[in-house]
Amino acid sequence: MICGEALQNYGLRSLGFGERLLPRADITLCDQVVLIGSGLIWNVYFAILALCLGFFFSVALAVARNSPRALLRKPADWFVFVFRGSPLFIQFFLAYEAFVLLPRLGFDLDLGSMELTVETRWLARAWLGALLVLFLNTSAYAAQIFYGALQSVPKGDLEAADAYGMTGWKRFRRVVFPTMMRLAWPAYTNEAIFLFHATTLVFFSSFPAFQQKGDALYYAQYFADRTFNPFVPYPIVAIYFVLVTLCIIAVFGAVNRRLNRHLPGERTRIRYRPNLIR
Amino acid sequence: MFAFCEDPSALEGARWFACYLTNGVHFKFYQSFLVVLLLLAVTAPTALAFGFAAASATRSRIPPVRWFGNIYTAMVRGIPDIAFFLFFVIVLDQGIEYLRHNIVCPDWTDPIRQGANFIVCPAARTPQSSSPQFVHEAYNFALAVFTYAIVFGAFCANVLIGAMRAVPRAQMETAEAYGMTRRQAFWRILVPQMWVYALPGLSNVWMILIKATPLLFLLGIEDIVYWARELGGSRTSQYAYPHPDWRLWYFLGLLVFYLAFTRVSEIVLARLTRRLSHGQATAAGEQARRAA
Repeated sequence: MICGEALQNYGLRSLGFGERLLPRADITLCDQVVLIGSGLIWNVYFAILALCLGFFFSVALAVARNSPRALLRKPADWFVFVFRGSPLFIQFFLAYEAFVLLPRLGFDLDLGSMELTVETRWLARAWLGALLVLFLNTSAYAAQIFYGALQSVPKGDLEAADAYGMTGWKRFRRVVFPTMMRLAWPAYTNEAIFLFHATTLVFFSSFPAFQQKGDALYYAQYFADRTFNPFVPYPIVAIYFVLVTLCIIAVFGAVNRRLNRHLPGERTRIRYRPNLIR
Repeated sequence: MFAFCEDPSALEGARWFACYLTNGVHFKFYQSFLVVLLLLAVTAPTALAFGFAAASATRSRIPPVRWFGNIYTAMVRGIPDIAFFLFFVIVLDQGIEYLRHNIVCPDWTDPIRQGANFIVCPAARTPQSSSPQFVHEAYNFALAVFTYAIVFGAFCANVLIGAMRAVPRAQMETAEAYGMTRRQAFWRILVPQMWVYALPGLSNVWMILIKATPLLFLLGIEDIVYWARELGGSRTSQYAYPHPDWRLWYFLGLLVFYLAFTRVSEIVLARLTRRLSHGQATAAGEQARRAA
């Protein structure tokens, strides 16, 4: 089996299973490919959870920003302004320093069969703290996208909804929301790609890689420092990221086709050249 | 700085803060803000030049030049920029040393890569270990600027390619009809007209560039993040100005700095867009004409 030993030792190293010590001398290509791939688990974990949770929050934010009531609109505006106007890197640092200062408390959660103690010190760990920052960050960016789409919903659609006597929640669910999604989806695909790339920042900001459990770029830098040869680990990271980016484009493209399935012709195809600007 | 700062331990309240915020290390912290601005001032034009060169390369009739332009512009789409930052800094450093090694000491027989080491002859070390601290810092900064320019050049190139495509086809056809060569049409028709289409994209790249400046910290530069961590860490009473862990407040300060910076940029760029759209055959230009 190709890289069998390396796979056994380091396949799940980023989660803390397998060999405890990272390879030091005689680093093989197998070690590098497997360990960096193992780190990719974290990138995917952060990206999927932050995106899924952020989706709902960002729709809520977009609707709040569109609200005529200042009490709803202003906080949403400020939230988006703060998270879009400042660098993610600084947000990570700030959040980490804030989480460290939290008092160490534990809460017991009764989940029926098992009991879980939720502790505030989890926030100072990457898996929860960084996830929270990424979630808030992507929510702000996506909220801006959805807000833009919400404002571009054709007037005729809204008038048609009025003519059918739809109001409130029903009008939103049946008319506004689907059109908003359809309009925002190409930009949202772009945001998903950006968020996935942004996950590499986690272990380079304050969040410690506890027991050297890090993400793909963390291990790549480890190898580059060890071997002093950047031409192997970084291209490996690059290939992994290009592959996952292509997967994101494929999945979001499928969703896009579904969102546009009632429309005729070419418009259903997602733009091959995604806009890179966040 | 102030006369009453002679004995910090006797100070209290506002005076303590006035002295604390004007002591020597804090001036280094304030200087690092200038480093950020300098980075932006140098990187922005360089990246634009790189981007323009790459965008022109993608339109070249020579295939290798075109391929190079396409690969360069495509690379930032799938790969995180931090990976590039970490990669190029080492590559540039090793590349420069390797080139100098070949020039300065051609008789050197030992291999350069010995296992986990990269050993060039002492004369090829860049910068020389005997050179003053200032040279080391300047060299590192220059490497960082170049790295930023490479990465953001690719971003700019993507925008400029789109802008070049957005210039109406009829304009280029008219240029051909007037008997202009490809080169003439490019410089006289395409380039002057593309900027208004490029401006929204370039403003976005500028925003991303501002928000990427804290990453200087990762490249080993003593930038604002470095000093915020350094100064914010708790100080025992051995120091002149003892205080608990204030890193949270320092980072909050940086956050406010960036928020203000991006907000001001946004306003300035919006004005610039309005100005440039004036008299252009675009929706914004038409709106300006109707309003007048």
